[in-house]
Amino acid sequence: MSHDRKPRTTDNNGKHDRNEAGKTARSLEGHRTRRAGRQMDRLTEMAWSVNFHLNLPEAEEGQQALVFYPHDENIVHDSFNELIEEQSHKQDGSQVFEMEDMAGRGRENPAFLASPQHSHSNRENFSPFTLRVLSEMPSRTIGTCRGAIISQYYNSTMKLRHRRAALHLGPVRSARPSISGYRVETDVEAAGEEENRKHLFDNLQNLSVSDKGRMLKTMPLSLLEKKNLRHACNSKGFPHSRNQIPCCSQLKYYLIIGFRHSWYSLLSFLFSLQLWHVALKKVSGRFGTSVLSYFVFLKTLLLFNVFLLLVNVFFLAAPQAAHPPSNQTHRAPFQGLELLTGAGYFTDTVMYYGYYTNSTVNGCGPALNGSGCAMGQNSLDTNPRMLYNFPLAYFFTIGVSFFITCIILVYSISKSFGQSYRIDNPHGDLAMKMFCSWDFKVIKKSSVKLQCENICTQMKELLSELARASRQQTLLQRLARMTVHLLAWVMSLGSTVACAMGVYHFSTYMHKDLTTRVSRNETLIHMEASLLALPVVVSTVNLLMPGLFNAVAWMEQYHAPSTQAYVAICRNLLLKMSVLGVLCYHWLGTTISGHVTLSKWVMQNGSTGGLECWETFVGQELYRFLLMDFIFTVLDTILGEFVWRLFSQKVLKRKRKPVFDIARNVLDLIYGQTLAWLGVLFSPLLPAVQIIKLVIVFYIKRTSLMMNCQAPSKPWRASQMTTIFITLLCFPSFLGAAVAVTYTIWTIKPSEGCGPFRTLNTMFESLKIWVRQLEEMNSNFSWFTWIHKYLVENPFFLFAAAGVLLIVIYFHTQVVGGQRKIISLLQEQIDNEGEDKKFLITRLQDIYEKERPVSVRFKQTERRDDSRK
Amino acid sequence: MGNKQTIFTDEQLDAYQDCTFFTRKEILRLHTRYHELAPNLVPMDYTNDPDCKVPIQLIINMPELMENPFKERIVESFSEAGDGNLSFNDFVDMFSVLSEMAPRELKAIYAFKIYDFNTDNFICKSDLEQTLNKLTREELTPEEVNLVCEKVIEEADLDGDGKLAFADFENMISRAPDFLSTFHIRI
Repeated sequence: MSHDRKPRTTDNNGKHDRNEAGKTARSLEGHRTRRAGRQMDRLTEMAWSVNFHLNLPEAEEGQQALVFYPHDENIVHDSFNELIEEQSHKQDGSQVFEMEDMAGRGRENPAFLASPQHSHSNRENFSPFTLRVLSEMPSRTIGTCRGAIISQYYNSTMKLRHRRAALHLGPVRSARPSISGYRVETDVEAAGEEENRKHLFDNLQNLSVSDKGRMLKTMPLSLLEKKNLRHACNSKGFPHSRNQIPCCSQLKYYLIIGFRHSWYSLLSFLFSLQLWHVALKKVSGRFGTSVLSYFVFLKTLLLFNVFLLLVNVFFLAAPQAAHPPSNQTHRAPFQGLELLTGAGYFTDTVMYYGYYTNSTVNGCGPALNGSGCAMGQNSLDTNPRMLYNFPLAYFFTIGVSFFITCIILVYSISKSFGQSYRIDNPHGDLAMKMFCSWDFKVIKKSSVKLQCENICTQMKELLSELARASRQQTLLQRLARMTVHLLAWVMSLGSTVACAMGVYHFSTYMHKDLTTRVSRNETLIHMEASLLALPVVVSTVNLLMPGLFNAVAWMEQYHAPSTQAYVAICRNLLLKMSVLGVLCYHWLGTTISGHVTLSKWVMQNGSTGGLECWETFVGQELYRFLLMDFIFTVLDTILGEFVWRLFSQKVLKRKRKPVFDIARNVLDLIYGQTLAWLGVLFSPLLPAVQIIKLVIVFYIKRTSLMMNCQAPSKPWRASQMTTIFITLLCFPSFLGAAVAVTYTIWTIKPSEGCGPFRTLNTMFESLKIWVRQLEEMNSNFSWFTWIHKYLVENPFFLFAAAGVLLIVIYFHTQVVGGQRKIISLLQEQIDNEGEDKKFLITRLQDIYEKERPVSVRFKQTERRDDSRK
Repeated sequence: MGNKQTIFTDEQLDAYQDCTFFTRKEILRLHTRYHELAPNLVPMDYTNDPDCKVPIQLIINMPELMENPFKERIVESFSEAGDGNLSFNDFVDMFSVLSEMAPRELKAIYAFKIYDFNTDNFICKSDLEQTLNKLTREELTPEEVNLVCEKVIEEADLDGDGKLAFADFENMISRAPDFLSTFHIRI
């Protein structure tokens, strides 16, 4: 906007202007002006000393004319400088020129005249003095001038310092960190910055170590300066502490230092563990933040599974492997098909529920909450409490690992919500696009080019939207649109329901088929092969249906790409969840009742194979589903990305490569993870399979991405999408799995012939029995029994807890709502302040105009007329 | 440990650790990168803080910066003298601000510096034009550029002076959740 501010003062009366400016200031502010003026000078000197070099002759004149303000003239904001320069170039009547300029702009841009900007265009008439006042406003020096930064941080150290109120400096005056409020009112020239720095030192010294570290890190000063600050703090701090601080404090200090050192080394160790750092960097360099979010999500899932696996191996599989069940039958030989079916050879291993025993072994620690230790028979401690009780271990391990997963999930959701959801206002899209859309991570040439193109098209779209300015659709158009949407939803929902029904009927049919096969005494391997049909069908549905949804979405033609993405996610999620729901119903309902008859057959024939144990069977089913999902993902990657790329490039002669569909791929991951969580109860080592799957998928997807895909062309709000994905991971996926597992534990009767809970009515009963035993053994634990009796078993307590939770959530939403209101109020206030500022400045200008002698004004006009001629 | 001693003293590493968002290992890695930029200029031994600067041409040819349209501005904003030649301190500072851990306020300050092409401490219309031309590789027509700049100022300018001060800029950045993740260079 610098061209808009063309002063109309000419070369000669510039001097007068400044003179006048000085007078106005004096008359306005009276006695205190001088000091304030000096302060401002110092301020400006600091702020602009680097980039300001004024060597215009009239400035020198002005300096001589203004006796009172030796600094006024050679230290001014460079917009003022610019002004003078321009003025010396264009000595003609710039008023007319300005008008022409305005008109020209108005013509080529009709929006301009309507904009509020237009009404303020009279600021071009501001005198240099007013402009100087404007440029010296505190809010404008923060962030760029060193003195302001130092004083800002001085201010924040002050806030951090609880111990002492800084009496010698006066109270904190301004809510906005600004330099003027913290200026020490001395007459020493040019000492401002030094002064501030010294105070900052003092304040930093008084902070705690962690506060000081944070402060130093977040200070936008150069590293050299920070190091000096740190050095000064430390060198002043150490002798002080050695001399005066008593021994124990010194010890504490050394402890802190030692702790900090070890913490740093731990941190660097953890950072060196950063998985796939280089790979992720490459991906983000070529495809940007959006595609990166998929891989980061994959990594998060991997960590969840590693946690689950570690817990399960440590507390379940390892102890059980150390104490294999005594009545072990001979294992079926390994045939190779087991890798697909998960049955046969694997059936009687720690992999599945059925292998675990309900025995209690001598250990060296209690099993409660997984605080066990290495198992061994050599423990001589015969204290009955020191036993490793497998049913209890099973119960607690699963329960605790689910609980911890839940807490981590909720925590990460809340964190990512806090980061990505802020108060949106409809304006500011263009500004945000301009400053926040460039992805600094992208380093590949073609992707950079693509990003440029994307930003360009988005800008154009936004501009065209502005031009369109809410064009109203006719009723007929809207009706047609509604019909299309309705049709699309009916189609997608209908197909989803059809798929769910199909899967249900197919699964019951397959189960009947299995029963007949068992009764016909078919070989085990045939039966198991036939079991692969159901996962194949479900995975095919999962593979094909998104294509149908995409076709439907293409028919709908959404305006906003984000709406389209959300609708696609919604439909795919509905499909996956309904299929999974049907499968859960099938497993926990039909399979169990079927297994009663099945296990009779098995008992009669004497052939095992996991069929007598429905938990093992369900675990195997989940294994098969997980594996099929994996195989189909690989196939999809090869066919959908590689072959399609070849086809489109060689046959269709298209230049563009396929685009990586982030939403669909992430939903596939969520689906796989749901399967893994569902299966943990029935197959404690299922997370291992999921880990292997995720690692392979990572490499395959990365290779395919590098080979076949190009950076996405749609705008993608990466952080909001990440929030949505992690929410989806928590809400339908984890919660669904947790509900299914809890239902199983609480109500379903476990198999009688196998597993850790074989004699019990429900898995939950193991806890009850343990509590009762505890009470019998030791009366000290009666409080525990009491808690169990009244809190866990009593539904009233559960209701009360749920109620309290709901109330807390309700209060929180209310608080958030209130904060939102306050934020909008503050926004309004900021706008008002802006208005006030404008008003004050125009008033200042008015006063200035009035104070100015008429003769000067007259002369000025005359001069302008002359020059125009 | 023996390798570390030859480059930095423990005290130096501690200072770097305290003043940046990097760990010891990363500081050493950064030093290797810095050394690779100009093996003749940069000594391996940094124990007595040698005063050397790598010229801007070498720094903007780092793969992390090479394709970035704002590379000159980034480097200039972090150089002490403003000419783009970086000492090791400036170099570490640059990647510290651009790292994942740096808070929004810090990033906003440097982003403001980067977008302020004429270093007048305001983002004025000419800065906006330059930014836009770099973002779009000058594929918008002058009228479009003009219109976009006007609209941006209209949207973000709170005090109506026709240019964006830091306060305006920060206010706008605070509403963009993606800023934190995109203003980030992995080293």
